[in-house]
Amino acid sequence: MNRPRATIDANQAVAEIAYQTNEVVSIYPITPASPMGEWADQWASQGDPNLWGTVPKVMEMQSEGGAAGTIHGALQRGSLATTFTASQGLLLMLPNMYKIAGELTPCVIHVAARSVATHALSIFCDHSDVMAARGTGFALLASNSVQEAMDFALIAQTATLEARVPFLHFFDGFRTSHEIAKIEELQPEDCFAMLNEDAIRAHRQRGLSPDHPFIRGTAQNPDVFFQAREAVNPYYNACPELVQNAMDRFAELVGRQYHLFDYVGHPEAERVVVMMGSGAETAEETVNALVDQGEKVGLVKVRLFRPFSAAHFINALPITVRRIAVLDRTKEPGSVGEPLYLDVASSIAEAVTASAEGGRSLSAQVVGGRYGLSSKELTPAMINGVLQELTKSQPKRHFTLGITDDVTHTSLAFDPAFSTEAADNVRAVFYGLGSDGTVGANKNSIKIIGDETEHYVQGYFVYDSKKAGSVTVSHLRFGPKPIHAAYLISQANFVACHQFPFLERFDVLRSAETGGTFLLNSPFGPDQVWDHLPASVQKQIREKQLRFFVIDAYRLAKEAGLGPRINTVMQICFFALTEIFDLDRATAAIKENIYSSYGKRGQAVINKNYAAVDSALEHLHEVPVPDQITSDFERRPAVPESAPEFVRHVTAPMIVGEGDRLPVSSLPPDGTFPSGTTQWEKRNIADEIPVWDPDICIQCGKCVMVCPHSVIRGKLYDPEHLANAPETFRSAPSRFPDHKELRYTLQVAPEDCTGCSLCVEVCPVKNKRQTGLKAINMRPQPPLREQEAENWAFFESLPDFNRHAIETSRVKEVQLMEPLFEFSGACSGCGETPYLKLMSQLFGDRAIIANATGCSSIYGGNLPTTPWTANAEGRGPAWSNSLFEDNAEFGLGMRLALDKQIEYAGELLHQLKPELDQTLIAEILEADQSTEEGIDRQRARIDRLKAALEPLGSRRDVLDLLSLADELVDKSVWIVGGDGWAYDIGYGGLDHVLSSGMDVNVLVLDTEVYSNTGGQQSKATPRGAVAKFAAGGKVSQKKDLGMLAMTYGNIYVANVAMGANDAHTLKVFREAEAYPGPSLILAYSHCIAHGYNLAFGMAQQKAAVQSGYWPLYRYNPQWADEGKNPLHLDSKEPQIPLEKYIYNETRYKMLALNNPDVARERLKEAQEDVYRRWQTYQHLAGRSSEKPTQSSGNGGNQE
Amino acid sequence: MVDLSTSYLGLTLKNPIVASASPLSERIDTLRQLVDAGASAVVLHSLFEEQITLESHQLDHHLSHAAESFAEALTYFPDLTEYNLGPESYIEHVRQAKKAVDVPVIGSLNGVSSGGWIEYAKKIQDAGADALEINEYYIPTDPKTDSAEVERMYADLVKDLRRTVQIPIAVKISPYFSALSNMAAKLEDAGADALVLFNRFYQPDFDLENLEVVPNLTLSSSHELRLRLRWVAILYGHTDADLAVTGGVHTTEDVLKCMMAGAKVAMLASALLQNGTIHITRLLNTLTEWMEEKQYESIQEMQGSMSQQAVAEPDAFERANYLKVLGSYHKTSPLTP
Repeated sequence: MNRPRATIDANQAVAEIAYQTNEVVSIYPITPASPMGEWADQWASQGDPNLWGTVPKVMEMQSEGGAAGTIHGALQRGSLATTFTASQGLLLMLPNMYKIAGELTPCVIHVAARSVATHALSIFCDHSDVMAARGTGFALLASNSVQEAMDFALIAQTATLEARVPFLHFFDGFRTSHEIAKIEELQPEDCFAMLNEDAIRAHRQRGLSPDHPFIRGTAQNPDVFFQAREAVNPYYNACPELVQNAMDRFAELVGRQYHLFDYVGHPEAERVVVMMGSGAETAEETVNALVDQGEKVGLVKVRLFRPFSAAHFINALPITVRRIAVLDRTKEPGSVGEPLYLDVASSIAEAVTASAEGGRSLSAQVVGGRYGLSSKELTPAMINGVLQELTKSQPKRHFTLGITDDVTHTSLAFDPAFSTEAADNVRAVFYGLGSDGTVGANKNSIKIIGDETEHYVQGYFVYDSKKAGSVTVSHLRFGPKPIHAAYLISQANFVACHQFPFLERFDVLRSAETGGTFLLNSPFGPDQVWDHLPASVQKQIREKQLRFFVIDAYRLAKEAGLGPRINTVMQICFFALTEIFDLDRATAAIKENIYSSYGKRGQAVINKNYAAVDSALEHLHEVPVPDQITSDFERRPAVPESAPEFVRHVTAPMIVGEGDRLPVSSLPPDGTFPSGTTQWEKRNIADEIPVWDPDICIQCGKCVMVCPHSVIRGKLYDPEHLANAPETFRSAPSRFPDHKELRYTLQVAPEDCTGCSLCVEVCPVKNKRQTGLKAINMRPQPPLREQEAENWAFFESLPDFNRHAIETSRVKEVQLMEPLFEFSGACSGCGETPYLKLMSQLFGDRAIIANATGCSSIYGGNLPTTPWTANAEGRGPAWSNSLFEDNAEFGLGMRLALDKQIEYAGELLHQLKPELDQTLIAEILEADQSTEEGIDRQRARIDRLKAALEPLGSRRDVLDLLSLADELVDKSVWIVGGDGWAYDIGYGGLDHVLSSGMDVNVLVLDTEVYSNTGGQQSKATPRGAVAKFAAGGKVSQKKDLGMLAMTYGNIYVANVAMGANDAHTLKVFREAEAYPGPSLILAYSHCIAHGYNLAFGMAQQKAAVQSGYWPLYRYNPQWADEGKNPLHLDSKEPQIPLEKYIYNETRYKMLALNNPDVARERLKEAQEDVYRRWQTYQHLAGRSSEKPTQSSGNGGNQE
Repeated sequence: MVDLSTSYLGLTLKNPIVASASPLSERIDTLRQLVDAGASAVVLHSLFEEQITLESHQLDHHLSHAAESFAEALTYFPDLTEYNLGPESYIEHVRQAKKAVDVPVIGSLNGVSSGGWIEYAKKIQDAGADALEINEYYIPTDPKTDSAEVERMYADLVKDLRRTVQIPIAVKISPYFSALSNMAAKLEDAGADALVLFNRFYQPDFDLENLEVVPNLTLSSSHELRLRLRWVAILYGHTDADLAVTGGVHTTEDVLKCMMAGAKVAMLASALLQNGTIHITRLLNTLTEWMEEKQYESIQEMQGSMSQQAVAEPDAFERANYLKVLGSYHKTSPLTP
């Protein structure tokens, strides 16, 4: 059969098979497996059928636990069911997996393997998740490449039906799941040929049915449980052979022969590496190269890890083997070795005596090592290092690869110069910004090359962890032979830098090979550019004899109407310089690709991209490389010399992409890092920054309030401080009525601003002489950078305004409170972070924060730098992230601990009372800490208490009180997360915590989708909005979390939208924090996933409130205690039709464009939702608060 | 019984009242109401060149924005199979309109450039439209653009359309030309079968509270009719193109004046938005009564009867008339001592 070639990634390849061969697909987003669910949902929404001509049921669940439960149920009814997951998600599935396997139920779960969070979360690859599932009874089948992922998805589906053992099919997250490669695409005919349909019907027949009832899932006692558990053995014994049968059938059908253990290398190898996953591809490339050099080395690629067939494994090894190195991509602290090592070691141990039992006898020395945790690179040089280590008489045991372990000295040395890169491959590396379209262009390029040539191709893409101004590095390989290089390109014959400023930030030519080509997007032409390059770049160009080309892609893109998206311009240059095709063919292929990629977005979009393609090459110029190094400047240091030592030595290398070279000793062993490091990472990502006009500013503080990155700040200070001000430092007389004598400055941090312009949009002041200007206006950053950086430094040196004198109920005055959350990596214009910043201003110096996994945990806690910081006294928010699903409980634990510590400290105070100042003790215990001043007085008392305790000696009660005394100052516990957490995965816990009555403050940053994983629907998603997993527009209405919480009666609940009413938001935060029980703030957070210019985020929030979609309210149980109605509506009844609000956003508009009839219906229903909800709230808010009296309650009966 | 019929764009219409492009023609149910009330033809709402282009750019921007930037979220929206960004929904509307009513349906395009979107005209024709009205709308803000260039642009668009479609073309223009009579001749030469006088620009307004320029559209009133009457009266007899009046037609008198000036049809929009579609029925009734009372036998009898060529004082439409008006104002002003 002639199968088509497809240039796709493994997530798509696997999803295609899973979708074709299943009837029920339960999904839940988790990186890097989310795209598999997204594909399934998209195909189902398009009505694409599976193999049997019917559209599978695809259902998003509230968690991976829910997804596993759902497929368990579907399987029990006899359906073919599947799901996709990774990491923590797989762990949440474990209980069901034990059940599914225990009941001998055929199914396949596809896993894009990812690290399980330990000392830190990581979205990248290792096998710790998969290894955690090895006790479940699922078979574990590993694929190493994109082609194998598709092949093994089908082999797993085939084998599970025949073996009745469920399968976990896994492949490496990102490295394989997101790698684009050219593969032979399996066809429905292949699936039919492989699947045993009798087995499918038998599975269906085993399903629960009242027509032939039975009971499954009993509870068993000590008498039979054990025996019943052993009854599965025949199935597990038979499983490996059934898998091999499936592999053999597959080979007959498709031509690719796999084995349970595939050996490659010298037939008489003495040294053999054993491993699984994408690293085995690199190892294969290495072993082949070494064999070519005459070395007797080999590799066993483990396919079926569970059930582990020792016999098959031993048979796969050459009889000549003397030393084996087993490489595990996981870590099991405290174990003798990692799982694969243990299985291999015991298999070899058993094989020593196997001949006596009729098996093959084999004796070899086995060592094990760890590699690749969290996608740490594994290169041929490292594999070579392992194989060379095996030449030693006593090779190192339990080593690590690819890191420098200077603590327990596990790391294995290797020669980094060793390389196996194919000479006939083109290897291209591109540095770009997320926003400039570089990755998208490269994905298209690699698809074009894959589709239009006979070349094998590989595309792999690396992103940094910032959501705004993120740097991307694309690695493209193509050539005439299959590509096994599952590692980044370090010897590139083509390097493109799509961003000129990167030359000052990164060593972009590090990977350039001698004689290679360097393409630079440069505002400077071929005659001027040389002198604008840092000296080290000039030197590299000269020493590596690079051909150097420039193009002003930004100008061309702008002229073509593409704005900052330079992708098309750079793409045609790449094709022209690499000469893959002749130019006409390249142009035609790119245009065809533009048409297929963007065609449905309209002719105008096609036209502008075509225009860019047509005009680009005449502006591409080769730069004659001068004989001399002319520059006297170098790359900027990552952080200033004034930064703390840890930041200079640990954080700085991470910032410039050199974190790999940090040794183990430089990193904290328990995941504890210093706060407030974003201040040292000056990213300079804004093209324009706000500039203040002191003459017309009314100093209202609204711009400070909304700034998502805390880069615009106001200060009031004594005029005498201006004595040493920089020349360009601006100030104005105070417009604060009580502080007329002071000066005021509104200052921007120019190097931290992201240029979102939210501040300008909310500025209420217009210049009367030129109404297009406001009190702050966006101006180009580069000419202002130096001057404003100096001004910012001076501004920071000005004393903070006395917090005691600040009226914290006024937005105008809150701007004077120092934010303790600054310069985060959130999206430009983020709608969440202004709320967090406000919280940090009001309560940050005494806040403990439990943060659910999601956007806020990423911009809040993703290295290299983090935004939660401390004030001059060293106090600031203490922040931690546990998991996605447990955040409310995590925060409650903090509250319980604090309460217990306060209680114990109080008891100790009473115990020690006779030895201490009685008045002081009484004051401490009865302190009013409801104000800033009260808090500070208590802190002073605690200082006095500690001083008084010191002389009492090293007694247990004294030492304990000393260690707990600080807890007697009130702490503010905040539980923060997004709607995915609060409405879905964490709802059960949240509900419990809210019901507990404990004094915690829950802040839900409601973006109405799973923003961090790319916009999948949650139960907060509104009706009619398009989201991933709701491609046809969400059918049901948004869950009313606030109303659910109000039913408890003792929870403070509020709906806020800062853009609609900032004073209301401020009031709510203060009331919620002051409320002595649980409080829940639902904060409308505009988001990039809504699809509009976020500069208008606050205006859109206002529209949400005006339409009645997002009513502002407060429910305060204390008002009920005072005899008032506890619910207060703080916004007016709907003022504008819902469509005036929603159709500003792409998430709604795209449904109207895609399916106008459905969109109309959804709009109608959603408008009804608004009216109904408003009426309900109005009714509740207008209800009498009087309790029914006896007589009015049962009048009839009494008579 | 008087004969109300007229001919416009080569189509025989049962009366001279045509429903102009307005929100009422956006929905099939209101379209039916217009025809049931007596409209002799309907001009559908306009397909806007800028709107299609803008929606296309916006969708592209928002679907691409922030994509491929962050490892966990390579996109933020699902990739839907199609978007009705082109004229498809409009074309479908034309098709439905043709099925729903038994009077001529005139499609409407609003734009100024001769770009690829001109192909939409053909699609409108293929969907069954009996004629096409092109609303040419261009604000020449660039000081380097002279009037000749603007006039050429208008004429070129009509030429392109003429090459593209076979159905009759009506060109709706503004009064803001240096030499309107000459412009009318150019448009006719370019292939216009009718001239529709005049479109009403959306004139921006100032919001004094927020110091912002805001879009503002007010409904027309009868006093706007005079400008149109003047130009229809002047052009009548100088062009073979049919003339239509739109903007300011509210009353029976207004319709009569249009006919007498030389228009083949009078188009209504504001009056229908204000008074409902039933207003057409009322106008037709009173029109018939008036004609019977004045013993007119047909509409055609009065068409052009008060054009510049037909009136006793042709200079009434020229500058001399201007002086006369001023004189009459002074004479009648109560403030004049």
